[in-house]
Amino acid sequence: MISYGHHRYPGRLFVVEGTDGSGKSTQLSLLYQWLKSEGYSVFFSEWNSSPLVKDTTKRAKRRRLFTPTTFSLLHATDFADRTERDIVPPLKAGAIVLADRYIYTAFARDVARGCDRTWVRETYKFAVKPTAAFYFRAPLDVAIDRIASARPQLKFYEAGMDMDWADDEDESFKIFQGKILNEYDHMVNEFGLTVIDGTQPIRTQQRQMREIVSRYLKEKLKEKAVLAK
Amino acid sequence: MKEMKFYGTALPGIEVEPYSGKLIVIEGTDGVGRSTHVGLLRTWLESAGYAVLDTGMTRSILAGRGIKNARAGHTLGRLTMQLYYATDFADRLENQMLPALRAGFIVLTDRYIYSAIARAVVRGADPEWIRAIYGIALVPDAVFYLRIRSAEELAGRVLASGRGFDYWESGMDLGLENDYYDSFIAYQKLLLKKFDRMSGEYGFEVIDASRPVRRVASRLRRSISRLIGDEPIAGPSHTPEVKTEAAARAASGAANVAMESRTDGLKKVKAA
Repeated sequence: MISYGHHRYPGRLFVVEGTDGSGKSTQLSLLYQWLKSEGYSVFFSEWNSSPLVKDTTKRAKRRRLFTPTTFSLLHATDFADRTERDIVPPLKAGAIVLADRYIYTAFARDVARGCDRTWVRETYKFAVKPTAAFYFRAPLDVAIDRIASARPQLKFYEAGMDMDWADDEDESFKIFQGKILNEYDHMVNEFGLTVIDGTQPIRTQQRQMREIVSRYLKEKLKEKAVLAK
Repeated sequence: MKEMKFYGTALPGIEVEPYSGKLIVIEGTDGVGRSTHVGLLRTWLESAGYAVLDTGMTRSILAGRGIKNARAGHTLGRLTMQLYYATDFADRLENQMLPALRAGFIVLTDRYIYSAIARAVVRGADPEWIRAIYGIALVPDAVFYLRIRSAEELAGRVLASGRGFDYWESGMDLGLENDYYDSFIAYQKLLLKKFDRMSGEYGFEVIDASRPVRRVASRLRRSISRLIGDEPIAGPSHTPEVKTEAAARAASGAANVAMESRTDGLKKVKAA
């Protein structure tokens, strides 16, 4: 049976989660730099990055072919490819894998779009359980302000325009993000996510993150990386 | 009109409402003649005045091309493959099958979730996992399982069709054997076992596909006549059988799968 669950691989898997504009990607790249400079072998894995699925996703977005179910399943396909290619092999090799968005993104988005909670969780049952999952929590208005200043135009699915919640993109986006935030909050206990207050100064957040990550690191992981070189 | 019934949780955003069409599944392993029979049934039904939609794996607008490209590269991981197929299935279910069934079409599908489940389980997937994903599937009105007696017979058919052995149909990704032939036999044997096990669970109507095409076809027609029964226009059973079948075969371009001679077939139809 292929179902990874609690892994026994020598590597470590750290993931960041949160709504768009929560600051999670910034924090992850700072963590990456730190781990690198400490001498660990680190792999970076991003949401929506499977070369096998990329063209299909792009085309479906452009032509607006998705329903909530196919949106969910195609992202699960992408994630499966990531798991099989980018996540399990480095973990087996004893590397540290950093994932920008993980299964919780799918749980939040797909359920916000109306997919059944249990069904989505079943679909992702094959995922490797992270060593630690950080949830960067930012209030809705903060996140929306950050995105609005970073991106002039929201994309169709990003704004949740496929759901007919509102005619206006900004309005639809707010509704969508509100639902997503709500799902994340439910998941904190369900999956034991580590909550980081995304409104704190960037360096404060990074200090908290490093403090937690370092609990799971061993000198052994470093030696392995050195040997590999 | 019939209520929509799903194996698990219904799809989000669709109306669960009675439908007037029929969902008919033709299942079976590679090379049993599924597409030949779908072609024959389609012509037969259409000539009797029924609107037909036929569909099959990897024919979705969303994921069909992506799956074909990924297969061609032989780079599909096992989990990725199962989910890609599930995406393809969901797209066809929502955008082809359900709308057609609501509009009163007879939907003929070449394979359904059972092939997908069998392939996944043979590849080591958790049976509960793959079944839960396919919980979105509508329970069909009938499932005809074209059953072949042995994997060796299948191999003969695949060769006779002129296609030769395909990497995935031979289960080469499983690394069971060293060459295509041995791997095909080993892989198809595993699939046949899974299908037999699912047969009772999902209520397949099992049809012996080792018999001549004509016998299989008439058996399918009998069962389907019974299923759609009460509202014939010209009456499916009155359609001149031989003529229709010849036309259908030409239309579906699957003449090479029929392994009996024309005259032999004629005799058998008369005898039946």
